[in-house]
Order: sequence, then C-alpha cells, then structure tokens
Amino acid sequence: MRSSTDNVFKALADPTRRAIFERLTRDGDQTVHALTEHAGVSQPMVSKHLSALKRAKLVRNRRQGRETHYSAQPQALAPLVDWIGHYGAFWQNKFARLEDLLERMDK
Amino acid sequence: MTTPDSSTRSVVVEKEFPHPPEKVWRALTESSLIEQWLMKNDFQPVAGHSFSLRMDPVPNWNGVIDCQVLVVEPLRTLSYTWGTLGMESIVLFTLTPTPAGTHVRMEQSGFRPDQEDNYKGAQYGWQKFMGGLERVVAGLE
Repeated sequence: MRSSTDNVFKALADPTRRAIFERLTRDGDQTVHALTEHAGVSQPMVSKHLSALKRAKLVRNRRQGRETHYSAQPQALAPLVDWIGHYGAFWQNKFARLEDLLERMDK
Repeated sequence: MTTPDSSTRSVVVEKEFPHPPEKVWRALTESSLIEQWLMKNDFQPVAGHSFSLRMDPVPNWNGVIDCQVLVVEPLRTLSYTWGTLGMESIVLFTLTPTPAGTHVRMEQSGFRPDQEDNYKGAQYGWQKFMGGLERVVAGLE
C-alpha cells in the first residue's frame, strides 16, 4: 500500500504530469499527438511523462492503427486519498492520549 | 470529529478538554510532555526551530517526521510543518478557552510532495489538484 502510494506521489509530483493526467480525466481518451498540442513540451517528453503515469497505473494505453490512445485510471488515486485519511484516525488516537496525559498532570 | 476541508484535502480533529489553556499549552509545547502523548521529540517552542518526531521504525518507514516550527502564540496557536514519506503538510493547533476548559482544534493541511519544484509548481498548483482530487474520487462510485 505504501509503495503504491509512493509511485502515485512520484508520478504526480511533476506539474506537467499532473496537467496531462487531469486533462485525460476531464476530456477522456487522447492520443499522444493531441496531448502534445496542449502540454507545452515536446512529444518525446510527453511520452516520457506518460510512461511515468503508466508505471503508477494512473493511465492506460491502447494502440489503434498508428496512434496510441491514453486514458486516465483515476481509481489509482485511491491509495493517496486513503493515506491522507489515515491521519484522521491517527490524530483521534493521539487526542485520546493527550486527554489521559492532562488527567495525569493534575496529580 | 474528522471533516474534509472544502477547498483542499485536510484533516481536522477537535475536542474540548476539561482543563485550562495553560495546562493544555504545556502538553503541546514541553518536549517531555509531548513525548507522553504524541512522540519522542526535540521540540522547542521557538519559531524557525527544526525538530523531529520519532516513532519506532516499521517496514518501509524509518519512523521519523521532520518538522519546523512556524507559529508560537502562547496559549492560542501552535503550528509546525510535518514532513515524512516524501510528503509535507502543516499542522496547526488552535486553543480556545471555554467555560468548562479548553477547546482544541488540530488541522493538518496542505499535503504536497516535498520534492516539488516550486517554480514549476506555480504553473500548475498542487493545491488546486488536491482540490479536484476529491471530486475525481467521488466520481468513482
């Protein structure tokens, strides 16, 4: 769980990759050509970013004719959301310990 | 007790303690007391002070949280950064006196990768992304 979270964070740490991922989430399947038009970087760079997103399972590709189409896999974000959610339980547990400590400090 | 913030991902835990703010403040800011409820630490209540919180190491994690004190307003506000596992966030404690004691609100927010290039980040904000994240995940149902 932690290693998949690491991959997701690494993949999304780069703003160009985040922009590509969000574009795929918003507009649906796109070819590398279409993504390159909006990315502001060269096609080899876009392909490199897509590989990183693919390693994190954030995108999937399929070949159709001579073009490769990419689609977002937003369910890959789930570990990231879980990870942040863990802090809710963590702090509630710590607050219970803080309450115990405050009681002990009276004595 | 935990509610997501509307704009960006955050964790909020609130509780009223039947103890005066002076005592709660000591528990939040004296190193030996912090250890008893939170973690081993070398905290000092001085803005700019870097410290670490340490838990027992577990597989894939050395148990260390790297922090830096941001705000110290005695009896009212304590804030520090919280960096671990390649992610940085900000922890903010707010104390409010009540007739029965002290209301304590802890908010942890601004989760972002700590290796982010700030210049590039300005072009496409991580915070904006995290704001959209909740909608994306909600759409999975």
